[in-house]
Amino acid sequence: MISPKNGKVVPIVLDGKDVEVPEGINLVEAAALHGKEIPHYCYHPQLSVAGNCRMCLIEMGTPMRDRATGNSILEDDGSPKIGWVPKPVIGCATNVSPGMHVKTESKNVLDCREGIMEFLLVNHPLDCPICDQAGECRLQEFATDYGRGYSRYVERKNVKPKRTRLGPRVTLDDERCILCSRCIRFCQEVPKDDVLGFVDRGSFSTLTCFPGRELDNNYSLNTVDICPVGALTSSDFRFKMRVWFLKESTSICQESSAGCNTTVSSREGEIFRITPRRNDHVNDSWMTDSGRELYKSVKSSERIYSARIKNDSTTSDAALLEAIQILKGKSLGVVGSCKSSLEEQHLLAQIAKKTKAKQFLRGHFGEDDGILLSADRTPNLRGALITGLTKTYPEDHLSALSLAIQKKKVNAIIVVGEDLLDSKVDQALLSNIPVVFIGTHENKTSRIAKVVIPSLTVFEKSGTFVNRGFFAQAFNQVVPGPAGVLPDLNILARIKNGLVEDLEQSADINLIWDEMSSVRNSVLKEVSFTQVKKAPVLLNGSKWSDLPFVEKDALHYQSSGKIRVKG
Amino acid sequence: MAKTVVLERKPLSLSERTYLPQIATGLKTTFSNMFKPKVTLQYPEEKPVIPQNYRGIPTLVKDPNGREKCVSCQLCEFVCPPKAIRITPGEVPEEDLDREHVEKAPQEFEINMLRCIYCGYCQEVCPEEAIFLQQEYSSSGYSREELINKKDKLYELGGVLPDKHYKWDKKKKAELEGNSH
Repeated sequence: MISPKNGKVVPIVLDGKDVEVPEGINLVEAAALHGKEIPHYCYHPQLSVAGNCRMCLIEMGTPMRDRATGNSILEDDGSPKIGWVPKPVIGCATNVSPGMHVKTESKNVLDCREGIMEFLLVNHPLDCPICDQAGECRLQEFATDYGRGYSRYVERKNVKPKRTRLGPRVTLDDERCILCSRCIRFCQEVPKDDVLGFVDRGSFSTLTCFPGRELDNNYSLNTVDICPVGALTSSDFRFKMRVWFLKESTSICQESSAGCNTTVSSREGEIFRITPRRNDHVNDSWMTDSGRELYKSVKSSERIYSARIKNDSTTSDAALLEAIQILKGKSLGVVGSCKSSLEEQHLLAQIAKKTKAKQFLRGHFGEDDGILLSADRTPNLRGALITGLTKTYPEDHLSALSLAIQKKKVNAIIVVGEDLLDSKVDQALLSNIPVVFIGTHENKTSRIAKVVIPSLTVFEKSGTFVNRGFFAQAFNQVVPGPAGVLPDLNILARIKNGLVEDLEQSADINLIWDEMSSVRNSVLKEVSFTQVKKAPVLLNGSKWSDLPFVEKDALHYQSSGKIRVKG
Repeated sequence: MAKTVVLERKPLSLSERTYLPQIATGLKTTFSNMFKPKVTLQYPEEKPVIPQNYRGIPTLVKDPNGREKCVSCQLCEFVCPPKAIRITPGEVPEEDLDREHVEKAPQEFEINMLRCIYCGYCQEVCPEEAIFLQQEYSSSGYSREELINKKDKLYELGGVLPDKHYKWDKKKKAELEGNSH
């Protein structure tokens, strides 16, 4: 990996223009900073440099110096004499040095690219009409930008296996592979699961798994993302939809507190895939395979589509009125969720505060893989701390609620998403207490709840999550929600307005942010939703550094609660 | 204001007043047409001859070996100006030895003839030469559903057209003749 060293810049001459670039970066990155594209296949900014595709060949030279004296050798006109390297060099493995001269558009360079493209396309099957990569394929792009435009190859092309199963989620099309080895390096360097390798020689070279192994780690689908051509395809997305139909929205993975930045692709209200989005402070360019499957919950058979009062379906409006009626004047218990957005948690905390209700919160925990699947399996536990939904670190059960009901301190409950019966709360205790359930999917609690109000999944609303490194990251609505289902913010604002005689609560996300940032000593001070939407905002989490956070050291995260920024 | 000019009409001559010469000329035209070849058609019993480059109803065609040519690349769906085409892509099973090198085929293919404007872009864009606007031009039905042509109907309308490429056979030949890796 070639990464910039802090702060320092070096002057280079890029295509005859004097420019400054950060020290220590390579020429591909340096040129990109100044709007020049050096085409490349095997180089990936977050993987080691292999330099095998030869697509990034450029001409490079340095000012000549006299060996004896060390003085610069000058041309007749007084300008320094440049010693050009006689043959082209690869831009990905050449770091910038002061005074370096680079040509990215010379005749020689263009000829090199044309030659490389011709060789890459010699045995390419040209099955773009059926290739899932078509539309986002580097081979297509560079063939039009730098290729010669027609084929001189008259021999018969090689025929290779077209659907080799590399693992449960990845299918390999051998004919399309250009042997860039990005997938191999990824498996070695990121999930540290060295399963892929090349075997055989020449045109017989093939990507394969080591004998007896398969590409089944939880990061296998990243190899599909970084494959510059259509060789590695996702078995789930394979042949489902052409990429040019997909509308891309930015979102945040809700699988765990790692908070991977994602791009969710949808067409006409249906989600087709989730891919990671580059964020060098959180997830680089990676995400888990399990996180990519979460879009399936939107169309799950367990989804709640209509509101219910005592098991009779009704409209959300009627259910809200009923909920307000049965909750009014009771000693409330509010069960929040670490899966709700920051804004929803704020509204819920306000409801609890104004009605003097008791707050309960359950955490969900699992194994930490030390990369991007953290032990905290909720996206927004830190949000609950910030909004005051909980003061202590939540446990994996709600025994406290059980106790409060037994002591008759709680005689009505609002639940957001959680399953009480699954959280050590006895069903017998709940039989005499009205339960209002707000959630997206059925669970044992929704089935016994007196009032059920359906709400929206992460993909159907906008909001903010605070990840394990205290980055506030905004997610955007990807698809419209089911007809008749109110957004969570509206539901909570209306419940609050019904229960509390106070100023009218707005459900507008920007106004809620104004409220949150105006709280005294809030870590959200001087932060607005517009800001968070533009780029993740790092919050000061030192207030909670004593809490027993369960996350282990991982990519860009240190368990002490501090962010580890790659040096 | 413009001045109105009143024109004097010439008085009719005697032959003009009898109308007989005019009737005779009229009848001459009528009777002469009886002996000329017919230009009208007894539509719909008789159909006109359609020129080769006519743009009729879009159809899907098969190659002379009866294999479907469409690989559901969805370019026609993309290019279609009135969004009349809707494709659900599908996979050709590996066991289908006849088409073993082409993995993709449409699961469903719909062309909504209520939307189609017969522009021919789909035929133009098709990389597999699978969709053609052929000579059939008359399509009618009693309901909206009837006018959405499904895959079966499209193949029925399209039939078999000669193929220049036979891509499956080419690939198979390359594999058998020693370029298999």
